[in-house]
Amino acid sequence: MKEKEYQLEMHHISKQFNGVFVLQDISIQIKPGEVHALVGENGAGKSTLIKILSGAYTKDAGEIYIDGQKVNITSPLDAKKLGIAVIYQEFMLAPDLSVAENIFIDKLAGNKRFINWKKLQNDAKKQLEDLGFTDIPVMAKVRDLSVAHQQVVEICKCLTRDAKILVFDEPTAVLTLTETQKLFNVIRLLKEKGVSIIFISHHLEEIFELCDRVTVLKDGNYMGTCSVCDISKKDLIQKMIGRELTQMFPKRNATIGDVVLKVENLSVGKNIKDINFEVRSGEILGFSGLVGSGRTEVMRAIFGADKMKTGKVTFLGKNVKFTDPKCANAYGLGYLSENRKSLGLLINQSIRVNTTMASLCRVTKRGFLEKKKEKSYIVSLLETVKTKYGCIEDNVSSLSGGNQQKVALAKWISADCKCLILDEPTRGVDVGAKIEIYNIINKLAEQGVAIIMVSSEMTEIIGMCDRVLVMHQGRITGELQKENLSEENIIKLALKEVALV
Amino acid sequence: MIKTGSQNKIAQFFIKNNTYIIFLILFLACSIASDKFFSVLNLRNILLQQCAPILVSIGMLMVVLTGGIDLSVGSVMAVGSSLTAVLIVSYGLSWPLASAVSIIVGAIMGTITGLLVAYLNFQGFVASLAMMTIARGIAYTITNATPINLSKATLHVLSSGQYSYPIIWITLLLIIVFTVICNFTSYGRIVIATGSNSEAVRLSGIREKRYILSVYIISAILASCAGIFLAARSGVGNSTVAEGQELDAIAACVIGGASLAGGSGSVPRTVIGAFILALIGNIMNLLSIPAYPQKIIKGIIIVFAVMMQVFTDKRKEK
Repeated sequence: MKEKEYQLEMHHISKQFNGVFVLQDISIQIKPGEVHALVGENGAGKSTLIKILSGAYTKDAGEIYIDGQKVNITSPLDAKKLGIAVIYQEFMLAPDLSVAENIFIDKLAGNKRFINWKKLQNDAKKQLEDLGFTDIPVMAKVRDLSVAHQQVVEICKCLTRDAKILVFDEPTAVLTLTETQKLFNVIRLLKEKGVSIIFISHHLEEIFELCDRVTVLKDGNYMGTCSVCDISKKDLIQKMIGRELTQMFPKRNATIGDVVLKVENLSVGKNIKDINFEVRSGEILGFSGLVGSGRTEVMRAIFGADKMKTGKVTFLGKNVKFTDPKCANAYGLGYLSENRKSLGLLINQSIRVNTTMASLCRVTKRGFLEKKKEKSYIVSLLETVKTKYGCIEDNVSSLSGGNQQKVALAKWISADCKCLILDEPTRGVDVGAKIEIYNIINKLAEQGVAIIMVSSEMTEIIGMCDRVLVMHQGRITGELQKENLSEENIIKLALKEVALV
Repeated sequence: MIKTGSQNKIAQFFIKNNTYIIFLILFLACSIASDKFFSVLNLRNILLQQCAPILVSIGMLMVVLTGGIDLSVGSVMAVGSSLTAVLIVSYGLSWPLASAVSIIVGAIMGTITGLLVAYLNFQGFVASLAMMTIARGIAYTITNATPINLSKATLHVLSSGQYSYPIIWITLLLIIVFTVICNFTSYGRIVIATGSNSEAVRLSGIREKRYILSVYIISAILASCAGIFLAARSGVGNSTVAEGQELDAIAACVIGGASLAGGSGSVPRTVIGAFILALIGNIMNLLSIPAYPQKIIKGIIIVFAVMMQVFTDKRKEK
């Protein structure tokens, strides 16, 4: 038998989706009591690897060892029994049950007798105190807790299952700076107890602060593992991106013209306030910030997909009120939504249906579709955005992520927008398709379209945008001009706590 | 391998046309099983009988395409049947006028269901369940739950051989119209797209709620027409007719390959689906199978027909 040097070993893991490798020969080893960072760009395969570990996906090839013993994980239940727990960004909590009930939910479910509330409360209190939290009321509904506290409850829940391997999937994306520090203390505590931790984060500072070793993935390939002491931040980025930054982003010759869209005093819901900005034709305006900072909500409100509370929108010099997406589209504002599968595309319909969805009037005569004209139009449009496809009657689900995104883009290009909002335009897209998408965006800007690009990928924001607004907790915390764009400056603004008035 | 190529082609053909093939097999089986089946009289009877169910099934298909369901069609048929008769017999309206009023009343009921679903976010199942009860109640109330006999001179012309059976031609026309709507108009495209993912349709700048509302209106109008056809054929306006017709309509859609999740389905196949159900009923009558066991057999055959659909659909995906 192997000596127990590693708590968890994953060897030569491979996974394909529709014949495309999303993971290829990945190996990773985690020591007991180690905090192991897993980094890579979006779409590098981090989540897929974690889903294989947690039993949500099954691997096509490879082996997993726990404590030196080969294990076979085929379902989430298997993973749970083996002491593997994942803290996702979306917590797996029952929001209307109390903190205590949530922490011990497994045990409650198995208990056929009555609940001993007193014992339950005491045990829950003890669990929380072990992690240094005495201020969480154990009988409060989980719904009423802050996100940070909900996360603590989730961690406690996993610990009651005797989790030996805890995976944190971008845990700090939803936390403030002080909350992040508290979480780090908890993680350090767990580490002392000998729990192995896999920590996924886009924030490299956090990795250097907290983690022992780091494994880099890129496009589903293993790029190496090393101790954080032995690598500089620059080298790590180099490894993640796999090339010099400048190559990724093609040059653009757009002339910046008049203001197309101007937003004043926009507020949405409870949290998003005081949003003011304008974007000019030919300009690419970036929106950066952490996940949950309110960027998507702002865009959806401008587009009319959600209601805005207050705010004045001026489009091409006219004061407008977009009450629904149809109005916005009619004026020439398009919105490429962040999740193409659930919001952007009709995933089980044909490429034909999808491409002309936002511009049906272009191919309709007195209510009847001109199918021949539509076909030649779609073929030429998809050629200009370099989409690879079999036949326009094929379902979009048969395309790769990159090509799906190009179809989604084509849909809005065909709508002849004066201003186009692109929400995470390259999410889940491989690097090659990314560059092609950047080219398309540049071409649109050159044609005088005003572009708003929301992206969580710093490199993309820095490489593409003329100007970047950074949001934090529902407010714009700063504006950066092209010459001041750097990852450091963006992060500073993205984590800045705004003094509340 | 070369052989698999041609085998695939044959398999593809069967998969693509599975509904029609099931129908043909059943048709042949019926012709063999009973010598009375393949006669002008019997086949014409089937056609006349099927006009109403086909209209209802097409309406149901439109709703199903958007991912909804309309349980009220049977009751709306009953309103169509009894209201037309009441208007002719008690109020002395001419049959075209009485029919028109019934269709308008049907449209109003469909509008109410549609508004509940599209704008008040009711589930189609719930809203149409309520309308099903309401409409049946209306039908009972206006007729006092007694059948109303129509004189031969009125509504009967619609189904009379003297004028070469107008309801068959009207039904055929509507089948063609709705086939064209689903395949060649932007309206049909948007209805199908809405069933596929209504939020994505909305974010494409389309007011999808109007389309959802419209399909419930269409479904109710077609159901009213079907009710009038029933009255025309039987010469009686009846508040108790078409109970459970909504389930046959749903079955026709599903046998025709429509997905109850929305976003896929076809008019001609749904029509064939309705005929498959009709053939099953017809042959069992000809073979003098008693009514109660008939239901059992019909249910089992529906399961098999849908299983074939599901099976071939899976093959299609591969």
